[in-house]
Amino acid sequence: MKYLTEFRNGEVAQRIAREIHQVATRPWKIMEVCGGQTHSIIRNGIDQMIPAGIEMIHGPGCPVCVTPLNLIDKALAIASQPGVIFCSFGDMLRVPGTDRDLFQVKGNGGDVRVVYSPLDAVELAVRNPDKQVVFFGVGFETTAPANAMSVHLAKRRGLKNFSVLVSHVLVPPAIEAIMSSPGNKVQAFLAAGHVCSVMGYWEYPPITEKYRIPIVVTGFEPLDLLDGIRRAVIQLEKGEYRVENAYERIVSFAGNLPAQQLLSEVFEVADRAWRGIGVIPKSGWRLSAPYREFDAEERFQISGIHTEESPLCKSGDVLRGAIKPAECPAFGKECTPRHPLGATMVSSEGACAAYFNYGRFLSAEDLAHAGAALTGVANG
Amino acid sequence: MADNGGAPDFSSWSCPLPLADYPTIVMGHGGGGKLGNELVEHLFLPAFRNAALENLGDAAILELAPGRIAMSTDSFVVQPIFFPGGSIGELAVNGTVNDLAVSGADPKFLSASFILEEGFPLAQLAAVVRAMADAAATAGVRIVTGDTKVVERGHGDGCYINTAGVGVLRPGIEVGPHRAQVGDVILVSGTIGDHGMAIMSVREGLEFESQIRSDCAALNGLIADVLDAVGKDVHAMRDPTRGGLSSTLNEIASSSNVGIEIDETNLPVRTEVQSACELLGLDPVYVANEGKVVLFVAAQAADRVLAVLRAHPLGRDAAMIGQVTAQHPRMLVARTSMGANRVIAPQIGEQLPRIC
Repeated sequence: MKYLTEFRNGEVAQRIAREIHQVATRPWKIMEVCGGQTHSIIRNGIDQMIPAGIEMIHGPGCPVCVTPLNLIDKALAIASQPGVIFCSFGDMLRVPGTDRDLFQVKGNGGDVRVVYSPLDAVELAVRNPDKQVVFFGVGFETTAPANAMSVHLAKRRGLKNFSVLVSHVLVPPAIEAIMSSPGNKVQAFLAAGHVCSVMGYWEYPPITEKYRIPIVVTGFEPLDLLDGIRRAVIQLEKGEYRVENAYERIVSFAGNLPAQQLLSEVFEVADRAWRGIGVIPKSGWRLSAPYREFDAEERFQISGIHTEESPLCKSGDVLRGAIKPAECPAFGKECTPRHPLGATMVSSEGACAAYFNYGRFLSAEDLAHAGAALTGVANG
Repeated sequence: MADNGGAPDFSSWSCPLPLADYPTIVMGHGGGGKLGNELVEHLFLPAFRNAALENLGDAAILELAPGRIAMSTDSFVVQPIFFPGGSIGELAVNGTVNDLAVSGADPKFLSASFILEEGFPLAQLAAVVRAMADAAATAGVRIVTGDTKVVERGHGDGCYINTAGVGVLRPGIEVGPHRAQVGDVILVSGTIGDHGMAIMSVREGLEFESQIRSDCAALNGLIADVLDAVGKDVHAMRDPTRGGLSSTLNEIASSSNVGIEIDETNLPVRTEVQSACELLGLDPVYVANEGKVVLFVAAQAADRVLAVLRAHPLGRDAAMIGQVTAQHPRMLVARTSMGANRVIAPQIGEQLPRIC
């Protein structure tokens, strides 16, 4: 904890916030890419500490949120099959498919298990040779190395009863997609620090050049986020655009090379559908040819799934940063964490859930401070 | 009947089969016949011995002080049955004792019903029963009636226990979740999240550097000290079990139609619990406790209550964590360490560890 409390010091936070207030002369729109950052911003009230004109836009960086509905329906279909042990990280269990979620599959007799590591799923496959063990491999570059390792190990051990339902997505193509989209409002990015801890940040300088936009590699603790915002605002005010690393204690330019090597062996880059956004070219990973036998989609050949998004849900607009959660007409009404219509309300890192859980109470002073964009939140 | 200080004695089992042939629960233990009787005679009676129980009647005949009584029941289905700091046995006694105590009652008598799965080891049952007997002795309550059922293998989880309890309400004490008042100070008797993280650490096979132990304990002695000291100044009490501190405070905010504000920096959380929560993406305010009480007391009594709590072994880490406000009724709001505010919403379903 020593290494966390240092980054949660309220006095230092107030000092950085004051500095941001001094530096900022104009309104700016900054996107934090990662859902973990969104969660921390709202949980710690950082959006209340920064100048009203600096608007934090919540990006698509929640792996739970961007997993396409079709893939979730496939997961539900596979998990429902007899003889299958379906393993998932905890927060995928409540994500609604078209007509049910993994909890309901479990309640109806499906063998659905929460694991903390994909390597646990491999062990389950070893211990249950008469069952097919499927791991729901969801996540950005952060979780991908462990998932790659699980497939690598399964191959080495000759397992025929282990497979992965792969839904890996990549951050840099998403940033490019957001910058290229019509109506884009984002003027600077806080890049996701844990993604960069694996991948480094060598992919970002061409993006800053191409779109003339500052990118600050940022961590997840309150002081990390405030420092990231401070650095982004300073660049914006000066008209500069470059990559800055505000997470040096974890992130290097080159990243984790052994992890990258494993990733490039087990996976290959592919086009990927993002929930609420659509297909982004070369934005995801699928298993490479030598490892394709471990692809659960190929092994189970699920077809005939009826997939239907809620017409009320504006999750995709939220993920693109086009609207704030509270601007969705269903926010806090038809759509709540108890009855989520879309994944952004389900996942604890989803922007809608973060707003619903933490943002509902704002004093008049806070409201004035946080700006008009948040007024709907308090009313919602 | 064998009297060997409460330890199970199967040596005198004569019919139909000796223990050596049945080291586990079989269907016959719940069949109402000889096997079941021997379980009662050689395990439950020696462990729980008291006059009311020994009658073995269809109901325990009890004498209570005149006045109002409180009654509560709870079922215990924890997995694993044994965990760092306790077992389902201690939980089954302390859970009901605490429900009575936080209602302002002096717990007196408990019932104990066992639902056992075919194949459950008798040695484990004996250990659970011993733990119940010890917990009851520590809490000063008597287990006066009970029941045993056996379900087929695969239809249970080893051992489930239901306890019900009655206690005598103290005259003049009126506490309840609907009685919190604007201006009340909120105290918690110690560190939060210990039980939930202890269970999770063993259930999920997580290995932390230091073992996290459940805080499972009977709170009636601690609560009696507080009521003796300040009596009517205590307006509401709850033991924040499942759903943790968040559920308790949200429920009281709703029941009393008041706002609740807590200061996150004042919440007592053990470093190892905080670290484990960080690792799993959990928030200690949502994690279960089994030996803590949250008290809503009149402001003028708050310092005294804190001193009384801290003078008791179960209240050493007690802290003032917040107050009741007229603003934002029915909501729980936390002041963050950054000096901003956040809502702590009631938990929906289970807490689920995050992906990353």
